[in-house]
Amino acid sequence: MIKVENVHYVYPNGFEALRGVSLEIDKGEFVTIMGENGAGKTTLVKLFNGLLKPSKGIVMVDGIRTFDVSVATLARKVGFVFQNPDHQLFCETVEEEVAFALRNMGFKKDIIEKRVKWALNLLDIAKYKGASPFTLSGGERKRVALASVLAFDPDYLILDEPTIGQDYSQKERLRHLVLQLNKQGKTVIIVTHDVEFVAECKPRIILMSKGKIVAQGPAKEVLPKADLLSQASLIMPQITQLFQMISDLGLPSNVLDEYEAWEALKGLRGMRLA
Amino acid sequence: MSHVKVKHLSYSYGEGEGKVLKDISLEIDKGEFVLLTGPSGCGKTTLCRCFNGLIPHFYGGKMDGEVSVAGLRVSEHPIHEMATVVGFVFQNPENQLFALTVERDVAFGLENLGLPKDEISKRVTWALKIVGMEEFRFAAPFELSGGQQQRVAIASVLAMQPEVIVLDEPTSFLDPATALNIFQILKRLNDELHMTIILVEHRLELASAYINRIVLMNEGSILLDGDPRSILSQEESRLLGIGVPKVVRLFRMLRAGGIPFEHYPLTPSEGAMAIRRLVKGYDQG
Ligand SMILES: Nc1ncnc2c1ncn2[C@@H]1O[C@H](COP(=O)(O)OP(=O)(O)OP(=O)(O)O)[C@@H](O)[C@H]1O
Ligand SMILES: Nc1ncnc2c1ncn2[C@@H]1O[C@H](COP(=O)(O)OP(=O)(O)O)[C@@H](O)[C@H]1O
Ligand SMILES: [Mg+2]
Ligand SMILES: [Mg+2]
Repeated sequence: MIKVENVHYVYPNGFEALRGVSLEIDKGEFVTIMGENGAGKTTLVKLFNGLLKPSKGIVMVDGIRTFDVSVATLARKVGFVFQNPDHQLFCETVEEEVAFALRNMGFKKDIIEKRVKWALNLLDIAKYKGASPFTLSGGERKRVALASVLAFDPDYLILDEPTIGQDYSQKERLRHLVLQLNKQGKTVIIVTHDVEFVAECKPRIILMSKGKIVAQGPAKEVLPKADLLSQASLIMPQITQLFQMISDLGLPSNVLDEYEAWEALKGLRGMRLA
Repeated sequence: MSHVKVKHLSYSYGEGEGKVLKDISLEIDKGEFVLLTGPSGCGKTTLCRCFNGLIPHFYGGKMDGEVSVAGLRVSEHPIHEMATVVGFVFQNPENQLFALTVERDVAFGLENLGLPKDEISKRVTWALKIVGMEEFRFAAPFELSGGQQQRVAIASVLAMQPEVIVLDEPTSFLDPATALNIFQILKRLNDELHMTIILVEHRLELASAYINRIVLMNEGSILLDGDPRSILSQEESRLLGIGVPKVVRLFRMLRAGGIPFEHYPLTPSEGAMAIRRLVKGYDQG
């Protein structure tokens, strides 16, 4: 479990990016953190893996205060994929990149080989294994960064803006991947602006604005609330917008995606849907 | 006359490497607002690099065919000359920001244009204001959040008010309200100053209301080119996994389910009207 108690974070230049944040994320949960640019999302998740230490308050991972352990120890437990992949890619080839953390953590050679192969296939980048990460497209680099973290199988998986640079099919792959990992018991924490992606994943949402948490709850409760969303510079999913415009026809106002929409429309007169 | 002209363009990053662009021909008129999209890795960024001369002048490689922008043949003009007519917003904002303050970053290109000091100051204020970053004028770019950095990168290009502006996934780090705001600003510059805009974007649900043409690429070639509604309703765009807006997806399902309607709606309000029409048609027998 990740537990954050009344945390403040002040950057060296004096800017207070977190202003009293408390939250709990249970083991095995799937959570997204959303909010406007500068809300403090990246700052918050960097506290989870000990990259940053709170200026005030406590962050605990599985009962251990992040103050009391090294980043290296935490890194093994809490895998972190940066918002900007260039912050984490530095090896000469994609394959080495994905193997790097595994080597550092002292895994055996044959295990490393297996894990690297698995991760490269999972992220659809096996064809680039000999290429330099820096010659890849933006979306491909992002997937290399993700593969390098998945490879060492951390209990907690933190993804800062994983859908950046991904086309719809890659996003679909990613969605199935995180849902599957979550089903297998991994705690998944995703920072994202991608409202449509969240509408499809339906995780618990933690909504941040100006260094504070302004709302929390299941996607079905948070995403239909226009006023809450606009406070955090978010825009309601398209399908939800559409249904709220025709709620007078007796349709529900918390429909999140096209599949739910289909179900809801089945009952509407004039729609003879198979 | 076309403002951007690409004729039989093929490109590979190195001798012996595969072709990343394959015989692309494309003409864009002055004042068009074109959305360039396609699967990750299909060559969008590579094509954009040909518009401002990064290809071939910086990346080298092997280039065949011809590209000209605002009357300048890209292969014959160095990057700094191209920069006076083509503004370029990079996919990764950090590749664009290098100064110690936001103000310096936005002013940099303007100084290179040789504009007078007070004009520069005015433009910097204007550009920072439209991206909502005035209060960060004296902040250090490396101390900003990802989205804030991207806003500065956009401001520094808008400030130049170039004839052609190329934006490579410029909203990837932005929150939706800000992304929408950027599209609206681009639309305004497009209407008022007749800026030609080439936008690479996956978030079609936000952008499709502002653009007037979609160019869809796949594996280094142009697959479809036309007006947004017709492109988005074609099967290829679904098969290629393009970010077709959710409303279009829903109506595709409805059509497959035997529900008749004339045009594909692109936005939630068009979708709502379409459903009302269906219900009304039924009520009136
Ligand atoms: N290194 C830093 N030094 C000083 N201030 C910083 C630093 N990094 C971030 N900030 C400030 O802290 C606030 C929160 O930043 P953070 O990166 O956590 O935002 P975010 O919610 O992740 O935003 P985005 O959606 O744009 O990525 C912002 O106002 C930002 O300007
Ligand atoms: N600097 C480079 N050197 C070699 N290959 C590159 C370079 N940049 C991109 N590529 C390759 O060219 C192809 C197209 O990349 P890119 O134009 O960035 O795609 P997109 O922007 O559509 O995602 C990809 O296979 C990528 O790996
Ligand atoms: Mg961030
Ligand atoms: Mg690209």
